[in-house]
Amino acid sequence: MNYSLLSLEILVTLLGVTVLLADLWIPASARKLLGYAAATGAGVLLTYAIGSGAPADGTAFGGMFVVDALSNYFKGFFLLAALVVLLLTVDLSDTIKGYAEYCALILFATVGMLFAASANDFVLMFVALELITVTFFVLVSYDRTRSGSLEAGVKYLIMGALASAFMVFGIALIFGSAGTTNFYEIAAHQAELGKSPVFLIGLALTLVGLGFKVAAVPFQMWAPDVYQGAPPLTTAFLATGSKAAGFALLMRVAFSAVPEITAHWSRLILVIGVLTLLYGSLCAIPQRSVKRLMGYSSIANAGYLLLGMAAVSLSGSTAVLTYLGGYIFTVLAGFAVIAVISSRAGSDDVSVFAGLGQRSPILATGLTVSVVSLAGIPPMAGFFGKFLLLKAVANHAGTERFFLVALLAACVGVVISLYYYFNVIRSMFWPKSVPDLTPIAVGGATRLALVLSIVGVFYIGILPNSLVTGARQAAAGLAPQSAVAGHAAAASAPAAAHH
Amino acid sequence: MSLSQLLLTPFAGALLVLLVPGNYRVVHRFIALVTTAITALGAVSVFAAFQPGIAGMQFEEQAAWVPAAGFGFHLGVDGVNIGLVLMASLVAFAATCVSWDIEKQPKLFYILLLVMTGGALGAFLSLDLFFLYFFNELALVPTFIMMGVWGRGENRNYATFQITLYLTLGALIGLSGLALLYSQSGANTLDWVTLKAWLAEKPLSGHSQNLILPLLLVGFGTLVGLFPFHSWAAPGYAAAPSATAMMHAGVLKKVGLYVLLRVALPFCPAAMNHWATPLAVLAMGNVLYCGWVALRQRDLFLLLGNSSLAHMGFCFLGLAAANVIGVTGVVLIMVAHGLLAALSFGLAGHLTKVTGTSDIDKLGGLLKTLPFVGGALVMAFLAGCGVPGFANFPGELTVLFGAWKSFPIFVILAAWGGLLIGGVYMLRAIRDLLHGPLRDGSIQGGDAGPWRRVPFLVLLAALLYFGINPGSLSDRIAPSAERIALVKSISAPATVAATAHAAH
Repeated sequence: MNYSLLSLEILVTLLGVTVLLADLWIPASARKLLGYAAATGAGVLLTYAIGSGAPADGTAFGGMFVVDALSNYFKGFFLLAALVVLLLTVDLSDTIKGYAEYCALILFATVGMLFAASANDFVLMFVALELITVTFFVLVSYDRTRSGSLEAGVKYLIMGALASAFMVFGIALIFGSAGTTNFYEIAAHQAELGKSPVFLIGLALTLVGLGFKVAAVPFQMWAPDVYQGAPPLTTAFLATGSKAAGFALLMRVAFSAVPEITAHWSRLILVIGVLTLLYGSLCAIPQRSVKRLMGYSSIANAGYLLLGMAAVSLSGSTAVLTYLGGYIFTVLAGFAVIAVISSRAGSDDVSVFAGLGQRSPILATGLTVSVVSLAGIPPMAGFFGKFLLLKAVANHAGTERFFLVALLAACVGVVISLYYYFNVIRSMFWPKSVPDLTPIAVGGATRLALVLSIVGVFYIGILPNSLVTGARQAAAGLAPQSAVAGHAAAASAPAAAHH
Repeated sequence: MSLSQLLLTPFAGALLVLLVPGNYRVVHRFIALVTTAITALGAVSVFAAFQPGIAGMQFEEQAAWVPAAGFGFHLGVDGVNIGLVLMASLVAFAATCVSWDIEKQPKLFYILLLVMTGGALGAFLSLDLFFLYFFNELALVPTFIMMGVWGRGENRNYATFQITLYLTLGALIGLSGLALLYSQSGANTLDWVTLKAWLAEKPLSGHSQNLILPLLLVGFGTLVGLFPFHSWAAPGYAAAPSATAMMHAGVLKKVGLYVLLRVALPFCPAAMNHWATPLAVLAMGNVLYCGWVALRQRDLFLLLGNSSLAHMGFCFLGLAAANVIGVTGVVLIMVAHGLLAALSFGLAGHLTKVTGTSDIDKLGGLLKTLPFVGGALVMAFLAGCGVPGFANFPGELTVLFGAWKSFPIFVILAAWGGLLIGGVYMLRAIRDLLHGPLRDGSIQGGDAGPWRRVPFLVLLAALLYFGINPGSLSDRIAPSAERIALVKSISAPATVAATAHAAH
């Protein structure tokens, strides 16, 4: 077997173990070094992954593990998210008890995400998801002296266990009816499997499990509580890495394993997407806690992404991948600021952000860029991603009323989101009451992480070509083109769907 | 000056202002003034170099941007947008000039104003519809922020909120229409020139047209203030700072009309025929209803806001007529009204600043104390009533001639609405504001000094120039109008006299 295909996973695991071991010899006063080392390691691996070090396409473990354009696309973003979150931990290392373990857990969760990006088998998918989820149980309740963090941890544990139970049951049914758990083998027999109710129930239960992961309605209720209660950096990683991993798996299952069934279920995905984005947007309106607001906003964003998946087309998948790429930078920029402010003020109420424009211009810039990009305003990354998603949905709106309704619902969702996002901006720059105006010092590592995220948001917004090209390649490698074309003919979708 | 240089100038200015530390207020203002002056001069030079009589694009510039998704960067001017570019840059210069009274966070104000200018120019110059939308959004966001931060009046939070929601929803619905156009055409591009050639070969099906056009009309119509989606406009302008009201009412509002002219007319001709009568009815809503509302206003800004909506009714009527004369008239009005709206809102802002109120009942006899501003206001009001000699007159007349064949009743109504109702409220405003006894003695400052007269003089000069010499505009517009109008049987006349002759 070609172990070089797993080089990234192996190296990140080694990095995590090294950080854990190094903690034994490094004095407590110098533990910032661990954070720097972990971040540097992630940075080196990131350049290695997107540079020449990316392994060539291939499969390992008898087809369970696949390296292709899609896996490489996602792995770059997972390592990036890990890098930024690790950088952010450095300046907050004094507030984190068990700092080395925190960094190591972040790296282990990253390994889970890397495996998720490459999973080509329901079993490996489950293992990867469990690796992510179990490390997140610990990461969410890491602030163990604060009851909010523990409460979030328990909620995440129960909900996560429930989702895993659904998924395991579903995988068992799939294996029982198909006799295999490999995506390619299932894809080869999906015509017969599509007629088997046991298989369909199994698939639906698996999708329920993934629905929990990406916080889609009606499996979204954990997200706001956990986002609010977890330590802010955990939330940052949950909102970026874990969510993207969920979508990586969702896309692989939907378009690699069962593309024909997905095409039949496209309206279901569309309806779930519309409900998810409207639920997230509407519930975000009255929120005062910024982390909770981001929780609802992350639900709404899952809704937009599902709309792109429901289009079941190359342009839809490209849009989802492009949007996710921009979303990761956007959310990281936002959480970098939230982490600094909330750990300082001990609260994440919108009022503690009052006057941030004068207290720390760089923090204010970071949160503004993030929020404006989330609202989908040019020239930020969020605008271009949303535009591509709307375009993918519009491809079908000419022939199917459902898609036209979804298109208009997405417009309404964007308008609602403007309201709550701008509440945050208003509080930063034009507070109602005169707040505490002492300047906030921002450490070098945080500054670096912020600049990295902000530059990413602008780069993707202004020069999206390289990202779109990469996303398109990833999406093209994923979708068996013939299967998609088959759907297009069946659903009498326009030929333009493949542009 | 090339088009891309013209487009980049305001953004470069904004960057320069950003780099100057916050306490150098004079420097910020100076940079903004120089930048917009350069932009205005550049636009004048492009306008002068533009060759009338050529229907196609001139000064084109192209660059690949996201080839994977079919978007490119494509600038160019033809008769439809050359006048709008000139108008936008003149208004931007005037808007910067009248912002002398901004004291709170001037740096941010000028950055936003310059971004707004660049966005508006970009929207008019971009031939790729993606960038048209992109730049329009880029210009709209500063509008909202400027209203929220530097706005006036107690109603401003509500008005800001309302305008933000209305315009964003409108823009997104319009964007859905553009996205549908992209997918239904199958051309895999939003480049207007390519699309035009593509759709000439393979027109959109009737079904697609009927799907796209309502989205475009409602979406971009909302941006213009098409009845009944107009209620954001008057309170919004009343709450906006002068420069923002000038830029939005004068320039940005025209982007919606511009998209309808560029996209709806040539690409959805069948649906346009189908929707012409409803559109004409809604246009009457603008002319008559908004005019009637204006009649009742006692606040100067609300009066101007509603009268500006009434003028937009003429544009929609010309659009519904969809013939060469009508389209030429629409573009003439867009240019003329842009200059006029900027002039009236600028003067009203000055008046409010000096007297401390915009309530017409509390003002009076201002012509004696403010001879220049008062005189300019009289001219603006007269231009608004459609008095010959100002640019609005040829525009409105051309639209009425263009619409005569399809909608004679509406033309009569519009002529009455525009001239009679408009005449009544404008003349009444002149009487109450400028004549009669001086009330309250609330005048705190004097008339506009020589420097502060500059913006008003520039706008008035442009209004008079295009009023006396409308041929300089219509010669440029007509050949391009012929390319997008639906009814091409009537050859494009260059002068009003010829228009009258052709309509009979």
